[in-house]
Formats: sequence, structure tokens, C-alpha cells
Amino acid sequence: MELNAIYVIVAREIKKFIREKSRLISALARPLLWLFIVGAGISRLVPLEAGVPYTQFIYPGIIGMTILFSSILSSISIIWDKEFGFLKEILVAPVSRFSIVVGKALSGTIVSTIQASLILALFPFLGFQLTVLQILAVLCICASLSFCLSAFGIVLATFYDNYESFSVIMNFIIMPMFFLSGAMYPVKLLPDILKIVTKLNPLTYGIDALKHVIFPQGIGTMGPDFSVLTNIAVIALASLAFVLIAGKAFERKQ
Amino acid sequence: MPIIQVERLTKTFGTLVAVNDISFDVEEGMIFGFLGPNGAGKTTTISILCTLLSPTSGRTLIAGFDCMREPAKVRKSIGIVFQDTTLDKDLTAYENLVFHAYLYSLPKAERRERVDAVLRFVDLYDRKDDLVRKFSGGMKRRLEVARGLLHRPRVLFLDEPTLGLDPQSRSNLWEFITELPKKHNVTIFMTTHYMEEAEVCDRIAIIDHGKIIAMDSPEELKKMVGGDVVSITTTDNARARHDIEHLFRMNVAEKENALYVTCSRGDTCIPELIRTLGERVLSVRIQRPTLNDVFLKLTGKTIRDEEVSGNDSIRASIRAHRRR
Repeated sequence: MELNAIYVIVAREIKKFIREKSRLISALARPLLWLFIVGAGISRLVPLEAGVPYTQFIYPGIIGMTILFSSILSSISIIWDKEFGFLKEILVAPVSRFSIVVGKALSGTIVSTIQASLILALFPFLGFQLTVLQILAVLCICASLSFCLSAFGIVLATFYDNYESFSVIMNFIIMPMFFLSGAMYPVKLLPDILKIVTKLNPLTYGIDALKHVIFPQGIGTMGPDFSVLTNIAVIALASLAFVLIAGKAFERKQ
Repeated sequence: MPIIQVERLTKTFGTLVAVNDISFDVEEGMIFGFLGPNGAGKTTTISILCTLLSPTSGRTLIAGFDCMREPAKVRKSIGIVFQDTTLDKDLTAYENLVFHAYLYSLPKAERRERVDAVLRFVDLYDRKDDLVRKFSGGMKRRLEVARGLLHRPRVLFLDEPTLGLDPQSRSNLWEFITELPKKHNVTIFMTTHYMEEAEVCDRIAIIDHGKIIAMDSPEELKKMVGGDVVSITTTDNARARHDIEHLFRMNVAEKENALYVTCSRGDTCIPELIRTLGERVLSVRIQRPTLNDVFLKLTGKTIRDEEVSGNDSIRASIRAHRRR
């Protein structure tokens, strides 16, 4: 592992993240709109189950959404780097392609985890009482999910090489991933065909793990769909697979 | 041992043969120029040498390392200034260089010192904390050269280094580039489609349609054209023409009221002509052969005819627009 290279790739992203304050504000606006406007509206239609209102049910899903958007958007900056040439500066350097991928994925992880923890800080306003241990567990899940989705974003970025593809990724990948992740409705209530797609989505397992931690008491049909072990295993394996695929994709062009 | 060795290199993209079985060596410490029109295969060759692209066949070695088998060692030995800027415009000049220093694992103790030294060398030390987006084209190019030298490579690649620069920055950059081999102990491999600029090279390979059609020093290449062209206007061109043809046994061409004579050494030819024609001479002009004439002679076309459409500039302006 080339720690120097990984460090400097991460440092560059963090520096740019801090400089672009507007990026952070718009990144936080989205989950807040979903939580307090969409969530509050739908909660009028959905009956309480096991004492959990709909706005509380979607809370893990909204944290997951924050991570989904910020991780993939962070990785997609590679398309920008390609377009503006900076990627070449990295690719001609004597650094292994895997260090480049790991550096990029860690940048996304840090940025996303910071954003997710800002949403997490809202828990008292939503009527939750979380212990320190729960908070730490949530942060760990957020970090692993962020790494996984950032690595997935890098894989996407290697397939697309111009900014026109940005809206394609937004509409045909990010949005469906969000809707088919158990964020807005329990997976077990979905029609069979959508259930299959949902099970292929790594975000599903991250949100499911968050549900385990945030609702330890169990909340009936609204509760988690998979075991904690399944969730962890899927995220770990998916992360590894994405890093390997992305590293391969960065090899020399034919 | 030559610092760059290229043996029977070929690269095809589908049916297009971008580089067609070329071989050449570059000796250490020289400025080697790859000269040819756009689309001749220059950038493809550089991409292969820089380990960004795999060749279809053939072998390339840099500092004795095989570009395919030992890419990490090749990457350590080279610095590159690409055709389009590859700086991060949202970072400062200093940050761009520090990024590079880490990427190339420069020893911690030397990092600062070496970054400062190259910044001074390219005369950008005073602007080191400015964001690169505020820099002019010439400053960006100088910063990229500085970055390319930071890790002390043995070969510095310059792909169309003066593209898009104004004439002033261009000549400044050339002055600066010609000093590099001595000051930094580096071999320069550059591409250009500006014939005048290739004059600074110690050796030039002229490439067209993926093939090297000539390779020599600029002086030798220019001798291929056959010498200097002297043009004369006189009070009586017909009589002057008759005199020159009979006394000097030289071919004379007449175009737009001027006589054109080709001779191997224009500087000694002119006094003789004036002595012979005496007061009839109105004006004399000498034209030294240019590399453009060489290209014209070799391919039957001038390099400018080959300039591609405005596509590139459209793309560049879209990019500039988007970033706002």
C-alpha cells in the first residue's frame, strides 16, 4: 500500500470539500426535504406500527440516502478529473491502480460519513433516544456503507467518460437504488420482482443494518428484513468486489 | 545506451493504423522533436511511451525499462506535460506541486525545498498561493513543466507544449525549454506541428500518417530541399534571366515580376549576382529553407493544410463554460 499516495488523494478531496461550502449545504438539503416534507406528508397515510411513526421509520433510510448521494457524487468527480485532464496526472504516476481506487473511495467515505453524521445529529428532534453505543454503531455502519458505495461510484465513473452521462447516472442508477433499498418501504412488502432487485442493491443491507441499531426493540413489518451478519457480509464482499473491478478498469487502455 | 528505444512500434484502433511500424532511438541529453500534422500519430506514440496505452505490437524502452513490463519504473523515470492542462484549477500552484511530490514519494525532508526550487525556476514563486484558475495559459504551462521536473525524471515529454499560447509566452517557453537539458540533466521528447518551433531540436523525426518519413538534425533535413532561394527584381527581368541562365548555368523561375534562383549558399551567391547584373538590380531577398519546405518536399503538402477542424476548440470552450 502506498500510504503517501492514498493520503494525498484523500487530502485533495477533503480540501476541495471544505472550500466548496455550497456543496455541503445542497447535500444536506435533500435529506431534510425528504425527512420533514415527504416523510411528514406520508406519515398521515401510514398507520403507526409498534408505536413507530412513519417519519421515524424512514430515518435510517434517509441516512442511507445521504450516504448514497454523497458517495456516488464524490466518486463521480473522477469523470470531472477525466474531462479536465487531472486524472492523467494521477495515472502516469508510479502508484498502483489499487492505491488510486482506495484513495478515491476513502475520500468518498470521509465526506459521506461527515454528512451522514450531521443528519444523525437530528435524532432528538425526531423523538429518538439513542445511546452512545448506538451512535457509534450507526457511525461504523455509515462508514462501511460509504466506502462500499464510493467504490461502486468509481466503477460507474470508469464506464462513463463525459459529463452528459451525469444525468443518466442520476436518473437510472442513483434514484432507483434509493427507491429499491427499503428506505421508504419495508422490503418484505414489495412485489416479488422488485424484491429481487432490492436484494441486489448494496444500499439495502446498509439501511437494514441501521434499522437493527436504531430500532433494537423490533417494530413488526416495519423492522429489518435481514440478519446483521448478512448485512455486514454483503457490504464487505461488495466493497471488495468494487475495489477490484475499479482497479482493473484503471489499467492501461487497449 | 539510448535513453528511449522504440522498436517496430505499431498501434491500430480498429481499422485505423495510428502508428505504423516505427523505430527510433533517442540519445540522452538531447532535445528530440516529433514533428508532423495533427493526427499523424504523435500523441498516440507519447501515450504508449508514458504507459497510458498498450501498443498493438512492438517494444518501447525508457531508461532501459520496458514500458509494458515495468510500468512503475518507467513512470518514475519520466515527467510529462500533456497537450491539455492536467492541473487541478481549484488548488493553488503550491498545492498542485505538493500533490505531485507525495504521489512520487519524494523524501519528506526535501519536499518543501524542491517544490520551492522548481517554483523559483519557472518564476512562479510569488504566485504560489494563487488558485491555478487565475493563471494565464503561459503560467499554467510553466507550472506543468515545473511539476514534470519535480521528481527529477530522466526524460521529460512535452506534447505540443505551446498549443494555445500567445507568441510572447511561446518564445519565452522555448527559451526556457532549451535550457532544460543542461540545467536539469534531462532528455526532452517533444511533439509539435509548428515547424518553426522544431528548429530548437537537436534531432527531428518527421511523422506523417503513422510513419516516420525522415529523421535527422534540422540543418541536415533542410539540405534536402536543395539550398537557399534568392529572389531578385530588376529593371529588365527578361535580360537578367538570360544573363543568369547563361553565366551561372542555373535554373531561373519567374513569378510575379521576380526571379527565383536556388543555390546551395545564398550568402555567397548574392554578391556574384549583383556584380553580374550591376545597376539593373532593384531588390534582392534571400529565403532560407524551412522545415515546412522539407515537409512539403517529402509529402507534397504543407503541414498547415492538415490542420484539423475547430472541433478541439469547441470542446475547449464548452469545458471553460461548464466550469463557471
